[in-house]
Parts: sequence; structure tokens; C-alpha cells
Amino acid sequence: MKQSTINVLRQIRDAKRPAVLATRLADGRESIIDPEQPDGLGPAALDAVRTDRSGPVEIDGEEWFLQVFNPPLRMLIIGGVHIAQHLNTMARQAGYDVTVIDPRAAFASTERFPGTTLNHQWPDAAMAELTPDHRTAVVALTHDPKIDDPAIHAALESNAFYVGALGSRRTHAGRRERLQAADVDPALLDRIHAPIGLDIGARSPAEIALSIVAEVTQVLRRGGAR
Amino acid sequence: MATDTSTHAVVLAEDDDLAILGTASQWLESGRNVAIARVIQTWGSSPRPVGSILAVDDRMHMIGSVSGGCVESAVVQEAQGVMAGDAPRVLEFGVTNEVAWSVGLACGGTIRILVEPLTAEAR
Repeated sequence: MKQSTINVLRQIRDAKRPAVLATRLADGRESIIDPEQPDGLGPAALDAVRTDRSGPVEIDGEEWFLQVFNPPLRMLIIGGVHIAQHLNTMARQAGYDVTVIDPRAAFASTERFPGTTLNHQWPDAAMAELTPDHRTAVVALTHDPKIDDPAIHAALESNAFYVGALGSRRTHAGRRERLQAADVDPALLDRIHAPIGLDIGARSPAEIALSIVAEVTQVLRRGGAR
Repeated sequence: MATDTSTHAVVLAEDDDLAILGTASQWLESGRNVAIARVIQTWGSSPRPVGSILAVDDRMHMIGSVSGGCVESAVVQEAQGVMAGDAPRVLEFGVTNEVAWSVGLACGGTIRILVEPLTAEAR
């Protein structure tokens, strides 16, 4: 592997774009493929990026290894609450680039979230700016419909692979009614994971954060539209 | 860290593939020989997925992983030969492999690993 290859891969990562590194097993010859610029390895590279799966391929009788470098997973947390502090740490360990969105600066503060990207806009503005994609999870934790609802609304209409919201079944029933009244397609409402997190009997903020990371992981790795 | 010697491998925890390669690149900059090992194929159960990266330098420093620890030492040995030369090598570990007696995968799977030198200039 060439050092210059690593530099180019890091530039592509900084631009938040996907790349595929192709390495010929026989002699180590390598090239970086832009999955959007088709060439001999293009179709295989595009497929690898879409499924986020690296692997060997045979092209013209030669074996190449295609390694996918997808942009990092992202998690947008709505609400700088206590659970969010634990979720921030755990999600970062699991490889997520975390942004905490909360118009209440006292909640989303650097003291509470050191080193984390904070966004103090109202969630509809923040979501329009951050454009959740197929590598993004959106987690609404404020318990305040004024803040959670617009975020969930935007998330449901995005490509986010996971949308979850804190609250009991009763809270969620109320939320569904409000969102439906706001003209959200009822089919989209089924995408919301609520009550949020895998059912592991979590009680403390850290345990709830753990159940959320577990559920997000399950949806990421196994799919699991609800 | 200050007491580290070349006979003891240091394992740093880092999960991001590009961060591992970035560290490997820094090692090269500081004048060490470096090899990159990557899981290119797996059969059956395996501890680390395809694409997992382990970087090794000539002082036996490691970052990243290609298994749950069962084949790392064998890969590190191979890497010493690879980083000195030019040609990549493809290693295979598994229960059907003779090597399995010493460094087989406890999980019963088989993995193929590409080990290649990290080079500063175009080859």
C-alpha cells in the first residue's frame, strides 16, 4: 500500500464521500475508485459501497480486493439531556460521528458534551442543514413535542436508516396523532422506533443509552424496518 | 509507554480503518518499516469482518486487528518479512490449515489475509 493512497483516502473521507480501494492480490497494484465514475471495476465498486461490504472480486482473470471506505456513520441526537450524555459517549465508541441538537444552550453545552458537535438551531432548521442520509441515525430524546416533533417529522422524510423517539407507548400514541395531524404519511410513522431501544429492562440513563445503541446497531446490521 | 521495548508488542485500541492507516503512515514517516494486513475473505464464523485492518511496524507495534487475537502473532511474524521486501503475501488461517495447530481460529472459521508493505513512493 502506498502512503499517497492513504492520503487520498483521507481527503475523500474529509469530503464525506465514499471511496473504494482496489488492490490486485498478485502484486499489490492499487487504485482508488470513485464509485460514481464507472470503469472496469466500477459496477462492483458501486455495489460494495451500497452494501458497505468489502470483498474479493475477479476481473479479467485477476483477483482484486475491493475495500469500501464509506463516510462515517452519523447520529443526530435531539435533546442534550442526561441520557444523551451517555448515548454520546457510547455512540462515538461504536463509530458514530455525533451531533447534539438542542435550541436550549444550557442543555447542549460544551461542559456537558465535551468534544461533540453542538447545534443550537430549532430541529427543523438543523435537520435541513444536516440532511440525514442512509448512514445517519436520528434519536429524539427531549420529551418535548415542540422540539422532538419537527425533528422526527424531518427524519421520517429523509433517508435516515434509524429514527427513534423516547417516550412510553401512551406518549408515542399522542405523538403519532400529532404527526398525522401535521400531514405525515401514516406509513412513515411506522418507521419510528418507540418506545426507543431494545427491551432489556433498562432503567438508568446509561442503561437506556445502551439499549438505544443496541437497537440502532440491530437496524444497521440486520435491517429491521418496523 | 516509556518502558516499552521492541520485544513487547503494544496494542492500541482504534476501530476506524482510516485512523489505523493514518497511524501506520506516521510510523513510516518516523523511519520505521511498516506492513498492512487486511482480512480479504472469511468462511464460516470469524471474529473480524472482511476489511479489518492490522498495521504492524518493525518494532512489533500493532494497531487494529484481523482476528480476536488468535492469528495476530503469526501475522505479525509474516509482516516482518513482507515489510522488508516488496511483494504482498496472502495468508490463510483456519481449521483445515496445518498451521491451525498453532494459530488456528478457535471459532472454527477460515480467513484469508493480505499482508503488504507500506511504501512511501510509487512502486
